[in-house]
Amino acid sequence: MTVGLVVVSHSRALAEAAVELARGMLPGRELAVGIAAGDVDGGLGTDATAIADAVTAVDGGDGVVVLMDLGSAVLSAETALEFLDDDQRARVVLSPAPLVEGLVGAAVVAASGASRDRVAAEALQGLAPKQAHLAG
Amino acid sequence: MAGAAGAAVDAAGLTAWVTEFARLVHEQRDELTRLDAAIGDADHGANLDRGMTAVVAALEGGPADDAAAVLKTVATTLIKTVGGASGPLYGTFFLRAAGALDGGDASAFAAAVRAGLDGVAARGKAEPGDKTMLDALTPACDALDAALAEGRDLPDALRAAAEAAAGGRDATVPLVARKGRASYLGERSAGHADPGATSAALLVQAAATALAGGS
Repeated sequence: MTVGLVVVSHSRALAEAAVELARGMLPGRELAVGIAAGDVDGGLGTDATAIADAVTAVDGGDGVVVLMDLGSAVLSAETALEFLDDDQRARVVLSPAPLVEGLVGAAVVAASGASRDRVAAEALQGLAPKQAHLAG
Repeated sequence: MAGAAGAAVDAAGLTAWVTEFARLVHEQRDELTRLDAAIGDADHGANLDRGMTAVVAALEGGPADDAAAVLKTVATTLIKTVGGASGPLYGTFFLRAAGALDGGDASAFAAAVRAGLDGVAARGKAEPGDKTMLDALTPACDALDAALAEGRDLPDALRAAAEAAAGGRDATVPLVARKGRASYLGERSAGHADPGATSAALLVQAAATALAGGS
């Protein structure tokens, strides 16, 4: 199994495009990634119960890293943890990484079979290449 | 003693409470949106009205014999339908209240709403004075506890709580927001009541109205 990823965004289109970008790095590789984005009517918004469902769907037992955009996406991701049982909650990490950069970094190492903590650490490093490039 | 009027806090009483809250939110929808337009993204009234309309519909369709289940239904419905930050915040309030509700008397109700308040504070990482819904809910819970401790009955204690919530709401006018989107405005967020504190005051007012019977 690989570590699961969940993308939480106010916008379904934004989440789907971010996943497409990450998958583009991994042609033919297996990646467990779920999306919880947009409100029930397809507008902008986040839904903690949808996040909890997405976590459960990608959780194969090796852990889940949740990446999110901003504002209420963060509050909703935290609220989602309340809907999980204790064992599953302990396997989930909410990543403070930037959504796009964090997702791409996390996806690459998750697809290689890395541990949850390694995937979460890679997500956090997501900004480093851009920062290094622009500082140079 | 407080127990005399405690029979109101059952599934039917809690349903009446949130139904009255939904009515007030609908009635005040434009005012909530106007306040949010001043310091936020102008969606609080519409979001909360949509959420509470869905709550009323969900409670009409579901069994109403379990008080905690009523609060849980309110929580999950708001979380699914509100979209903005007030979804997880009000959702957490009702989720924690549902988990803490133990019994149907006034003190059980007070303990449940206190647990809800603590949940909101933890979720939002906010404290009183940050210009949030806590500025109405915190003095309301304090007034409720104090009144019950003095031996006042639940309707009387809830009236005191509603007055404290309204006072807390009014006290947010000069404050500078430190949480949420309003915090980006800095000093410009002063001069308007906080929309979250305003809707939270409606929640307490609804309790005072709906749970006043049976004493």
